[in-house]
Amino acid sequence: MQKNEVKKSNESALTKMVRHQMFIPLLALVVLAVFNLVMGPDFFKITVGQNSAGNMVLQGYLISILNDGSELAILAIGMTLVTAASGGQDISVGAAVAIAGSVLLRILGGGNSRPEELAAPIIVAFLVSCIVAMLFGAFNGVLVAYFKIQPMIATLILYTAGRSIAAWINNNELPVITDPSLGYYGGYIPGIPIPTPFFIAAFCVAIIFLVLKFTNLGLYTQSVGINENSAKLNGLNPQVIKVITYVIMGLCVAVVGLIKVSRIQTINYSVIAKDIEMDAILAVALGGNALSGGKFNMAASIFGAYVIQFLTSTLYRFKVSSDALPAYKAVVVIVLVVISAPTVKEWFGNMSKKFKVKEVA
Amino acid sequence: MSNNKTKASGGFADKFNNLTDTNLLLTITVVIFFLMYIGAMIFQGGLFLKPQGFFNLLNANAALVVLACGLSLVMITGGIDISVGGVTALVSMCCAVYLDKMGGNVFVSVLVALAIGLAFGAFQGFLVAYLDIQPFIITLAGMFFARGMTTIVNTKPFNVANEAFNKLKMARVIVPGMGSANRKGQYIDAYVEIGVVVAILVVIVMFCLLRWTKLGRAFYAVGGNRQSALMLGINVKRTRFLSHLLCGLLAGIGGYVYFLHVGSGSPAHASGAEMDAIASSIIGGTMLTGGVGNIAGTFFGVLSLGTIQNIVSSAGLGEAWWIGITRAAMLCLFLVIQSVVMVRKKKAS
Repeated sequence: MQKNEVKKSNESALTKMVRHQMFIPLLALVVLAVFNLVMGPDFFKITVGQNSAGNMVLQGYLISILNDGSELAILAIGMTLVTAASGGQDISVGAAVAIAGSVLLRILGGGNSRPEELAAPIIVAFLVSCIVAMLFGAFNGVLVAYFKIQPMIATLILYTAGRSIAAWINNNELPVITDPSLGYYGGYIPGIPIPTPFFIAAFCVAIIFLVLKFTNLGLYTQSVGINENSAKLNGLNPQVIKVITYVIMGLCVAVVGLIKVSRIQTINYSVIAKDIEMDAILAVALGGNALSGGKFNMAASIFGAYVIQFLTSTLYRFKVSSDALPAYKAVVVIVLVVISAPTVKEWFGNMSKKFKVKEVA
Repeated sequence: MSNNKTKASGGFADKFNNLTDTNLLLTITVVIFFLMYIGAMIFQGGLFLKPQGFFNLLNANAALVVLACGLSLVMITGGIDISVGGVTALVSMCCAVYLDKMGGNVFVSVLVALAIGLAFGAFQGFLVAYLDIQPFIITLAGMFFARGMTTIVNTKPFNVANEAFNKLKMARVIVPGMGSANRKGQYIDAYVEIGVVVAILVVIVMFCLLRWTKLGRAFYAVGGNRQSALMLGINVKRTRFLSHLLCGLLAGIGGYVYFLHVGSGSPAHASGAEMDAIASSIIGGTMLTGGVGNIAGTFFGVLSLGTIQNIVSSAGLGEAWWIGITRAAMLCLFLVIQSVVMVRKKKAS
């Protein structure tokens, strides 16, 4: 009798673990890690080497995952909020990153495509690009909140026009900034062996957690996402809250724009942040957040972003070309959404019940 | 949905209020298209004045017409399919590889195109209708899968060198009585490509399907209100599945029409075609919320989009980005018109 009880509590702990939101991303991470370990443990090696600028830096697959995953983690923050409040995703983030980057370069170059020195301090250029990106975010937000257009369709407008606008801002030129200080944000600060994007991402994550802890942002977005009408009856203004989430998305986009531009010190309008919207949505989905809005778990989304980057690095390791990458990721997305579909969950539930009944019999 | 109460006074405002949603949006589109085209004839002249100018518009947009018809169907049913552009690229690439590198015959290549389209439609339709997953996510994955597969099939763009295919590609259908004299005074017949004939057939078939068949009305019913459609005894799941299946099939056909027009395979083909197709449907008066839409409107939507592109490029704004920006602006305008018109109508009733 007692044994049985112990078994029961064990089982409930197990189901609890399986039900936990972090379970799927953790499982995915473990599967990927084991797979990489089996295919060759050099994946986990971290070495200290010199980069092209002569700094001592850490190198290895894991470091590059932390490095390259930063943009995705930052976008996942905005995407989670947008998804929670409006029940849809912003598919214009890649194009918006192109705009933010283009504005940044335009200000830094001062209209000159090969400037000898910076025309403005980087912080000023960054603030301007923040404002521009937030305005575009507000544009998306207004279409969604006030004109009641489905988020994906509303952001489709910027998705189409974004890269064209980015090219237009710089007159289709590709300014190259040679000043090394711009490179710090996407590369390494001299003397620090850890890539800067990681610090920027950590900073953003810290800020959003403080905001969620000390303000009502999280509560309000969730209540708007769960039931807009009852949120309204409780004295919230759903429209304003939706617009705010899109503006925050714009801020995230501007930060990513800075990192992306800093990495190569120039811009390529049609390639910069290509397909990143897919990865950001995938990160939110992998974190176990409902894509139809409502409750969200920020930590799971950010963790999901790094798992996606882990997957990308794994695929690159096996010489998958970057053009073919979307096909593999699409398969992962389909498997994920199918597993998390309510109908499938129900079916699995019934199956396991049947199994248990058989066992008892 | 429709507001058909007859009122005592028959003023314009009442007529406006008595129009169904579908007809109201269709009217707006058709009026705007004719205004734009006539405006272009008056202020820009040139090719806009010749019938061939109009036929060239059709030639260039035949594939888009087919794709947009499929999208309208899905959108009327309350879903969305953004994989059509990717499927078009995949179909072009597969057919190009099959015809060029394997020396296959043209008839089989058509079957290949249809099979690819149907496979995408069936898979996506099953996931959307029977597993109840958001259509946007599934078809986004479908789009990325199709684009990725295109580069896996072949990375580099190339032209097809297949005699039978090139004969079909160069085949022209002459439109009688519409020709015009060229600079030397010779009379040149106006022509359209085979793709245009296919596209017009598709438009007619889809128009009849949606207007006069039981299945067609079921699409509207499911898109308008799923719950009441269920109570009317409509098999909602099957209807949604069929809408995606048909859209996939049309993407296959549209892909082949596109392939027939360009005659090459490339991973960059039809980039943004899904966006153009959605925009055409919206401009044509299909509501994103489902239940409202008209294939004739979609046809005019494609033409409007093509016309504005021609106007922009012949107005001297040749840089590539202007086309992207004007198209997005037009989409934005029509989305806002839809939203405003619907709010006003609700208030009026």
